[in-house]
Amino acid sequence: MTLLLAVALAIIVLRDLFAAAMLSGIFSLTSAGLFVVMDAVDVAFTEAAVGAGISTVLMLGALLLTVSREKHGTSRLQLLPLVVVLLTGTALIYGTLDMPRYGDPEAPIHSHVASSYLERTPNEIGIPNVVTAVLASYRGYDTLGETTVVLIAGTGVLLLLKHPRGNKQEEES
Amino acid sequence: MKRPIHQHAILRVVSKILIPYIFLFALYVQFHGDFSAGGGFQAGVIFASGIILYTLIFGLDRAFQAFHPRLFEIFMALGVSIYGGVGVVALLSGGQFLEYDSLTHDPVHGQHLGILLVELGVGLTVTSAMVSIFFAFLNRGRA
Repeated sequence: MTLLLAVALAIIVLRDLFAAAMLSGIFSLTSAGLFVVMDAVDVAFTEAAVGAGISTVLMLGALLLTVSREKHGTSRLQLLPLVVVLLTGTALIYGTLDMPRYGDPEAPIHSHVASSYLERTPNEIGIPNVVTAVLASYRGYDTLGETTVVLIAGTGVLLLLKHPRGNKQEEES
Repeated sequence: MKRPIHQHAILRVVSKILIPYIFLFALYVQFHGDFSAGGGFQAGVIFASGIILYTLIFGLDRAFQAFHPRLFEIFMALGVSIYGGVGVVALLSGGQFLEYDSLTHDPVHGQHLGILLVELGVGLTVTSAMVSIFFAFLNRGRA
């Protein structure tokens, strides 16, 4: 947690965007470690692969298209954004006060559908990884939607970036 | 004078050794997702990172020779089609949409088959989308 905080602060302070991109990768990797400690290996796996791997590379790809140093903005203290950030942060922390303690067996997530998934998976699906069973079978619709989102994101980026600037427009106009 | 990245012998040799294992690990995560951590999403990203590593070291032209960009555009749609197709096949064989029980005579086998195919679709789409986005970025930078 302390490490996460330190990395986040470093990202804010640093003006060198290359280092900031690398640090955001480190941030993801650290949170992946945190997920492993909390026994959420599937989430940790995704975080390590997507957050630390792909998004860092895409960030570097974006840096290739622009400059790698942040411009010095106005040094004047921006009061309104600061107030908004502080208010949101306080509200979020206040919200966590009501959350059940970590590992509490009475927590809503354990008393709702999770236990029925755990009981039904060995008989109905017959695979050891309950996360996969929930993702691909019990929640198949959601995963289909997620996959479609990935397709749409890919298509969108291709539509925006595929053709070199001006190439297409010149033909049409 | 800084040398271009593809002239570094160490990077070239090490990546040539590593990339097959990255692909192998991705396939393991893909098809072993039923038994251990992982699945289509993670496998797709790992497979894509192997291709991206190759592109970073050997350059876009070599990468386009090895992996045709058009291929990924087709695979991207194919993945979702496989996913949806499994749902439709389940529909046609008497179940509900995405109800894998009806895919084979045995419900549990049907679930195995359904999950395997669906994860394959997810993996294909994720890999192709990631690689396509990366190629699009690099192409733009070059133009």
